[in-house]
Amino acid sequence: MKYGVIVFPGSNCDHDAYHVISKVVGQPVDFIWHKETSLDGYDAVILPGGFSYGDYLRAGALAKFSPVMKAVKKFAAEGKFVLGICNGFQILCEANLLPGALVRNKNLHFICKHVKLRVENTNTPFTIETKKGEVLSIPIAHAEGNYVCDDETFSELEENGQIVFRYCNDEGEITDEANPNGSRSNIAGICNKDRNVLGMMPHPERACEDLLGSTDGLKIFSSLTKTIEQIEKR
Amino acid sequence: MKAKVYVTLKPGVLDPQGKAIHHSVELLGFQNILDIRQGKYFEIELNGNLSVSEANDLVSKIANEVLANPVIENYRVEIES
Repeated sequence: MKYGVIVFPGSNCDHDAYHVISKVVGQPVDFIWHKETSLDGYDAVILPGGFSYGDYLRAGALAKFSPVMKAVKKFAAEGKFVLGICNGFQILCEANLLPGALVRNKNLHFICKHVKLRVENTNTPFTIETKKGEVLSIPIAHAEGNYVCDDETFSELEENGQIVFRYCNDEGEITDEANPNGSRSNIAGICNKDRNVLGMMPHPERACEDLLGSTDGLKIFSSLTKTIEQIEKR
Repeated sequence: MKAKVYVTLKPGVLDPQGKAIHHSVELLGFQNILDIRQGKYFEIELNGNLSVSEANDLVSKIANEVLANPVIENYRVEIES
C-alpha cells in the first residue's frame, strides 16, 4: 500500500497529511510534486489544503492545469482513491472530478474552528469505519467553502448517495445555525458517482491525535486504509 | 488587437461580496440602489494577424476553460480591432 500527498505551489497542509499517514496511520507515503506526470505505484493520493497558486483567479482554478492533474484524472478513472481536503476539494471541483463549485463563505469571513459533521453515507471507501448518522468533530479553515450546484446536480447527488458529510449541530441535526458557510443543504463533503473520489472542506488531518482535541478525522484515513487492505487481499 | 472578457456570477448564485459592497454603498447614503453584483474583467492583447472571428473563437475558448467556471459563472467576450 502506498499513499501520495500532492504538493502544489502554495499547498500548506501537505506536511500535516504526510504526518498523519506516516506516523498515525503508519503507512508508506510520498510527497508528489505537482510537475509529476505519473502516479503509478500509488493506491491513494491526497490533494491537501492550502492556497495553491495563491488562490489567483478562483480557489483551485490554476492548480487544475498542473501537470499532475492529468495523472490524477487517469488515476481516478482507474478506480484508485483520491481525497481532496479543503483547497484539494476546490481543485477537484475545478477539475470536474467532482460536481459543483465552492464559492465565498456567505458571511465573507475566513472561518477557522471545530465543526460537527454528520456522516450521511457509510458505504464509501472513506467512511466504512464510521456509523450512519455518526457525528464527527473536525475543524474547518476556509474562506471559500460555500458549496453550490444546480438543482439537477443536487438531485443526482442525493439519489446516488454522493453527499457524504453535512454540517450539523451537536445533536446531529442539520440546521441553518450549524451551517458555517452557507453551503447548499449543509454539504461539507461529497464523492463522485463511483465513490472513489472524495472532496471535503473540513480538515480530517487536523483531528487525528488527542493533543489536537479530536481523533475523529482518523476514521476517514483508517477507512481508506482498510479499503485498500481489503483490495490487496483479493 | 484587444479582447475584453467580462465574467459574472450566474443569476441565483449568491454573491456575498456584492452584498457587502451594496451594504456599504447604502451606509454612505447613496439611494435607489437595488442590487450590486461583483464580477471580473480581463483585457487580453492579441496578435493583430487574427480575424475578428478567429479572435472571438480563441478568447471564448480561454474564457470557457480558464477565466470563468461555467458551473457558477457566465462570460461575455468583446473584440476591439
